[in-house]
Amino acid sequence: MIKEHLPVLQVIIPLIAAPVCMLAYRPKLAWLIATAVSWTAFIIASILLITVRETGTLSYALGGWAAPWGIEYRVDTISAFVLLIVAGISAVTILFARKSVEREIEPDRIYLFYTAWVLCLTGLLGIAITGDVFNLFVFLEISSLSTYALIAFGSDRRALIAAYRYLVMGTIGATFIVIGIGFLYAMTGTLNMLDLAERLPSVSNTRTIAVAFAFMTVGISLKVALFPLHAWLPNAYTYAPSAVSALLAGTASKVGVYILLRFLFTVFGGGFAFDTMVLNGILLVLALLAILSGPLIAVFQTNLKRMLAYSSVAQIGYTVLGVSLASITGLTASIVHLFNHALIKTVLFMALGAVFYRIGSVSITEINGLGRRMPWTMAAFVAGGLSLIGVPMTAGFISKWYLISASLEKGLWPVVVVIIIASLLAVVYVWRVVEAAYFQPAAEKSSTGVTDTVIKGREEAPLGMLIPIWALVAANIYFGLDASLTTGVARQAAETLLGGLSLTVWGG
Amino acid sequence: MLTTTLGLFNYWIVIVLMMLGLYAVIASRNLIKKIIGLNIFQTSVFIFYISMAKLEGGTAPILAEGIPHYANPLPHVLILTAIVVSVATTALGLALILRIREAYDSVEEDEIQRLDE
Amino acid sequence: MNLFSLSLLLPLILPLAGAVLIALTGGYPNLREAMTLTTASALFLVVVFIYPEIAAGGRPEMLLVETIPGMPLALSVEPLGMLFALVASFLWIVTSLYAIGYMRAHHEENQTRFYVCFAIAIASVMGIAFAANMFTLFVFYEVLTLSTYPLVTHAGTEAAKRAGRVYLGLLLGTSFAFQLVAILWTWTLAGTLDFEPGGILRDHVSQGIISHGAIGVLFALYIFGIGKAALMPFHRWLPAAMVAPTPVSALLHAVAVVKAGVFTVLKVSVYLFGTDLLTETGISQWIMYMAAATILIGSLVAITRDNLKARLAYSTVSQLSYIVLGAMLANAAGIIGAGMHIVMHAFGKITLFFCAGAFMVAAHKTEVSQLRGIGRTMPVTTLAFLIGALCVIGLPPFGGMWSKWYLALGAVEAGQLVFVGVLMVSTLLNIAYLLPIPIQGFFAAPSEAGTGNQSGKDGNDGGWRANIKEAPAFCVAALSITALGCFGLFLFPEPIYRLIAQIV
Repeated sequence: MIKEHLPVLQVIIPLIAAPVCMLAYRPKLAWLIATAVSWTAFIIASILLITVRETGTLSYALGGWAAPWGIEYRVDTISAFVLLIVAGISAVTILFARKSVEREIEPDRIYLFYTAWVLCLTGLLGIAITGDVFNLFVFLEISSLSTYALIAFGSDRRALIAAYRYLVMGTIGATFIVIGIGFLYAMTGTLNMLDLAERLPSVSNTRTIAVAFAFMTVGISLKVALFPLHAWLPNAYTYAPSAVSALLAGTASKVGVYILLRFLFTVFGGGFAFDTMVLNGILLVLALLAILSGPLIAVFQTNLKRMLAYSSVAQIGYTVLGVSLASITGLTASIVHLFNHALIKTVLFMALGAVFYRIGSVSITEINGLGRRMPWTMAAFVAGGLSLIGVPMTAGFISKWYLISASLEKGLWPVVVVIIIASLLAVVYVWRVVEAAYFQPAAEKSSTGVTDTVIKGREEAPLGMLIPIWALVAANIYFGLDASLTTGVARQAAETLLGGLSLTVWGG
Repeated sequence: MLTTTLGLFNYWIVIVLMMLGLYAVIASRNLIKKIIGLNIFQTSVFIFYISMAKLEGGTAPILAEGIPHYANPLPHVLILTAIVVSVATTALGLALILRIREAYDSVEEDEIQRLDE
Repeated sequence: MNLFSLSLLLPLILPLAGAVLIALTGGYPNLREAMTLTTASALFLVVVFIYPEIAAGGRPEMLLVETIPGMPLALSVEPLGMLFALVASFLWIVTSLYAIGYMRAHHEENQTRFYVCFAIAIASVMGIAFAANMFTLFVFYEVLTLSTYPLVTHAGTEAAKRAGRVYLGLLLGTSFAFQLVAILWTWTLAGTLDFEPGGILRDHVSQGIISHGAIGVLFALYIFGIGKAALMPFHRWLPAAMVAPTPVSALLHAVAVVKAGVFTVLKVSVYLFGTDLLTETGISQWIMYMAAATILIGSLVAITRDNLKARLAYSTVSQLSYIVLGAMLANAAGIIGAGMHIVMHAFGKITLFFCAGAFMVAAHKTEVSQLRGIGRTMPVTTLAFLIGALCVIGLPPFGGMWSKWYLALGAVEAGQLVFVGVLMVSTLLNIAYLLPIPIQGFFAAPSEAGTGNQSGKDGNDGGWRANIKEAPAFCVAALSITALGCFGLFLFPEPIYRLIAQIV
């Protein structure tokens, strides 16, 4: 009974919880609510993914209004997978957030923080589940607005500037998407994705649709932070509170790529996007530039969060690279990498959050000898770093494996070379941290003047941080050893995107 | 030629407003002016949606005798949502500017940049 | 999966479990070292337990996990792997003994990390030895690189870190840039990465799916991608790794890691490409020239090195290419020679390194020129050094003679007389850089009194016994065992021969 309403519950529960969170006021209570919501969302997403894999695509008519007129929630394999990523990362990071937030945000604003968190979760889940393009825009704005607020919670005043810049860029991007949607609506008279997909081919040779396509692609690329539209990302990730960096790195960019996939393959159709508009060539070049430029900048960063942010620019490049190859293997690579990179970056940002919790800095000059003082945290960072490099037995390796084999399939040897070079650069920037943490003698006293942490002997992060961090480390290793689940889902999703639809109507 | 130029005048207005807004966002170094530019930019999109749905001689969509044409109400509804979003964005933007001013004592981008160096 | 197959897991699990136990008992050095020794002995017993099955022609298999459909992490034991596992696990026991004496006498820091990483490295060596396909092998290959990195940078000094960067950069770099690409290419071509007798790429060549030129490129990607084989120009990591504590240099950088490299070369040649394919396409010829060049250049460089460990490292570079050369000869005698050389060189070289470490601990001498007259204070060690040197050179009555014999035989049978010449010249060079050390140690007068042997000067009253100042007993015991091993292998090379003969 309740099962058939799961698609809507996935979004409604966090949406309702947001004001409740705000009314709760007490930090701990707000955190409890946010945690409960995240975990509920995670459970729902898991059930949805299992159901979709068994019975095929689910369709839910919101308010009982049937599909082309009413808003449809549509869960196919890729939606369910992205829902799982978003809800899963949120569920893990929220556990981490409690301690981290206590340290980084004033107590009387913590309830607002969790309210924004839950709203952000609502928006991200909504984007992944909706089958209506305008609804997608609305959810996009819900998630974006709450993200701006979350970033502004950062303790450094530069967080405010970063949030403001992101707000301006993000709003321009979202508005571009609305313009595109307007053109599409003007030409087809529908907002439902499937309906659009059916009607677009008859008008696809008009200039209006071409313009719509262009606006949407640029708008989405801004949201995804695809090179060269990534300028907002490094500052936003650097100055946001640690928990927010972890959440965003694991979810926001993933959902951005999901939007790209949705529009390119479901709405416009791979044929139109790649054959008529030859977007794949452009995406390929941009992706390669991102893959190379990210680590090249990352190796020179002293702020480790910024270093990871630039690495994220490159990782987004990897994901888009798979898309631009426009083959089953390529798309599988992209989708697998969405998942794997979420695991990787969240671990890394959480580990840095734990470091910040103890020593009040994430500068490479401050972490000397940290391998001894925070052995578990730094070991987790190293594990995440290895996965980022793509060492075998970690999730990152599976991504690289699929990406390279997709490139080889197309005979794109230069792409293979670029991936290899970028991976080796990743070794360089990860190893700077390893050397500093393990093979530099510890500094006597932190130079940042943090007085409340006496650095003497072992100073491990609290268990409340270590457990979520190590849960994800375990996931990184597990999905590196047995990737049949992730690659299976990803392949199914890729096949759905590239054609072949089956539908089970639910709800309404 | 003339008919397309004049007949699509609503789109011309949209384009002019849009460029104006974007220019203000990009060229202005004052944070508040940027937000105003953003507002103009978004408003142009509102007009684009609303004018797109307007049908000459069309009325409100009422199912009744003697009403052969009616304007599509959906874009209006959509834009109501978009306006809400835009107001929220503006509010958040201004709130951020307030806090920036508290932290930096300035709303000029150049000055803020200098203070952070 | 029967019970026996399950026992294939033990060689992996035992060292890992050992690593955990070592980490847990880190606070109690005696207990910790007892753990190491127990684990090492247990591992050796398990490997010996598997041996009869393999010698009888059995090929037990074990699936660990299906990572990607069609690409499992799986174990399977065949003669080459068996041989490698036997050598590595036996020498681990001896090295653990040695390490106890060495690490304590040398007052090293972070000993727990040292023993933990060592155990993990051994686990990955077992994984490499028993890998059923190229993917599994690659996985453990990388784990081995990463687990030995902390051992190389153990000292934490600037020099150690620089060496660590070279080590990691070359090994990870070549494996990612060449080996991984080669593996993916193979995967795209053949759709499998399983090791199969006769190779998996044969049909693709005969059907013209891949040209002779391309298969040559693929093979070269493998050979240069296996940086651990230290084929020039990717050999720099091995001398760099010598900053590590001596037990590491001895077991890992004379036996486990480098042999993992040449072992991988052998596996790729025999089980992925197949010896026939290599001869048919003529690509092996090029690799042979590379190997011959490495043999000669490595030996020549070794002569110029005064630092003992550096000299031994370059000697290793040179000796590894014997094995590559044997593999490329691609005939029965060549492969047998290559396989045997894995064992013989292991025993010879580890003895030499043990001695080098002993000189360092007992007399604080690291340079060859300081070792004149060392035989008077450290006779046992110097004698062991002599035995190790003779074994590496390949003179009877020591094991090294057999492998050189078969290598030369293989070259003759293949009609590659030029490589017989290379082997001869190299043997002369070996004599030139190894033998003077023990000879001067015994017969030359000490050039100057070192810091560690004042007893040599003022000990006239106590007779020659008072001059004796050997390394800790654990070290002497270890190096005596391996020196005896060199002799034993000369008398009983039969089991090794029979094992390898199965695959040719």
